[in-house]
Amino acid sequence: MFESKDLLGIKDLSPEEISYILDTASNFKDVLKRDIKKVPPLRGKTVVSLFFEPSTRTKTSFALAAKRLSADFVNFSVSTSSVVKGESIRDTALTIQSLGADFVLIRHSSSGVPHFLSKIVDMSVINAGDGANEHPTQALLDLLTIQSHKKSFKGLSVSIIGDIAHSRVAKSNIYALTKLGAHVRVICPPTLMPADVNRLGVEVYHSIDDGIKDADVIMTLRLQLERQTKGYLPSLREYFKLYGINHDRVKLAKKDAIVMHPGPMNRGVEIASSVADGPQSVILEQVTNGIAVRMAVLYLLGGVRK
Amino acid sequence: MPKELLDSKEIKRALTRISHEVIERNKGIDDLCLVGIQRGGVLLAKRIASIVESIEDRSIDTGTLDITFYRDDFHQALKQPVVKKTDIPCSITDKTVVLVDDVLFTGRSIRAAMDALIDFGRPAQIQLAVLIDRGHRQLPIRPDYVGKNIPTSFNERIEVELEEDNKRDRVTLVSKKKKE
Repeated sequence: MFESKDLLGIKDLSPEEISYILDTASNFKDVLKRDIKKVPPLRGKTVVSLFFEPSTRTKTSFALAAKRLSADFVNFSVSTSSVVKGESIRDTALTIQSLGADFVLIRHSSSGVPHFLSKIVDMSVINAGDGANEHPTQALLDLLTIQSHKKSFKGLSVSIIGDIAHSRVAKSNIYALTKLGAHVRVICPPTLMPADVNRLGVEVYHSIDDGIKDADVIMTLRLQLERQTKGYLPSLREYFKLYGINHDRVKLAKKDAIVMHPGPMNRGVEIASSVADGPQSVILEQVTNGIAVRMAVLYLLGGVRK
Repeated sequence: MPKELLDSKEIKRALTRISHEVIERNKGIDDLCLVGIQRGGVLLAKRIASIVESIEDRSIDTGTLDITFYRDDFHQALKQPVVKKTDIPCSITDKTVVLVDDVLFTGRSIRAAMDALIDFGRPAQIQLAVLIDRGHRQLPIRPDYVGKNIPTSFNERIEVELEEDNKRDRVTLVSKKKKE
């Protein structure tokens, strides 16, 4: 049911494949509750991370996932590598492969880099975020978190708020949620809406109060401050006032709605502290689920190899 | 045509005998825990538990164990792994654990099960109960309690069907079709 060598994005996965990964992940969730949180299936395998952009949780989470599966994890730190001497990404990837890696995790600011590498190397390529395109493991861990709070994805109302145009997290989540039958609403200022949003099968809102009404899940995104130099927004204070998730806005959603954030949070920009730390927040649970999901992905890709 | 090796009554008798043997060998059920290996072993462990409970008139800890993560053929197996629930309800440290499986064949599942079990604690003893021992061991493993020894050829397959799966209780021998 999951036969590919790589995990490049959610877009190419079938609903069955997504469910299969989630089922496997929920078993790893149980493993993570044990005293001995380590199982042996990837013994002797090597996972290398190749991150061209900063990351704390994704990299740490993948490192823990690899180690919990008994694989070796090596961090290829780009800023101190031959990449700064001008080595091409193709040569870097082939070098990592020749060092004996079985998996490479790649994060890059340009969309499509993992797809490009997957055609060159025999290792399993896992997309850990490529530009504004996809961040598949984030969407999978979000789904795993939603699944433990809600009965089914069918008919579930999910409101995604924030910088949709620049967000690979939003993109992967939209693909995943719509494939599983959820209704997705996206809410953001017109300047941060992607031009082709209508092709994604979502409802578009510019008013947060309308967009959040009766939602089952509120998913707010990090405002990518590093990508805001082009004057999309007048000010961060105005953004918080118009699009920030505060206590009153959460009340517009269903009573049992959950509030999610992929992290890292800008408190007081996209989310108020009272909500981030409030009873409906599942933000830290998302982090914990990240390890289980990444274990499942490594495990299933590892089984495909001859 | 599959050949029937055990019918419902014979399965019941075998499990009743195994239950008595478990109690006798361990002089009661103090510090005893039954663990069924997913998937056939789980159903059989439940049945043995209920027989043991009716004899001893008290409850016995019963768990389930999935061995998928511990298999040694993970990188060769063609089929996609389907992982099932592992649930060990009690501490197994210093207890006697009776592993229960439906068919004992190469012994590799039992090796994996022992590795999996030891990640939960250090049992005083691990014993093995199986409904069918069909031979062809590839590892030095022997069962403590056997429902029935059935010599088979390597190409045959034993199928254990149980009521819990909405089937009639029976054990059959199926000859594998030769690959063309």
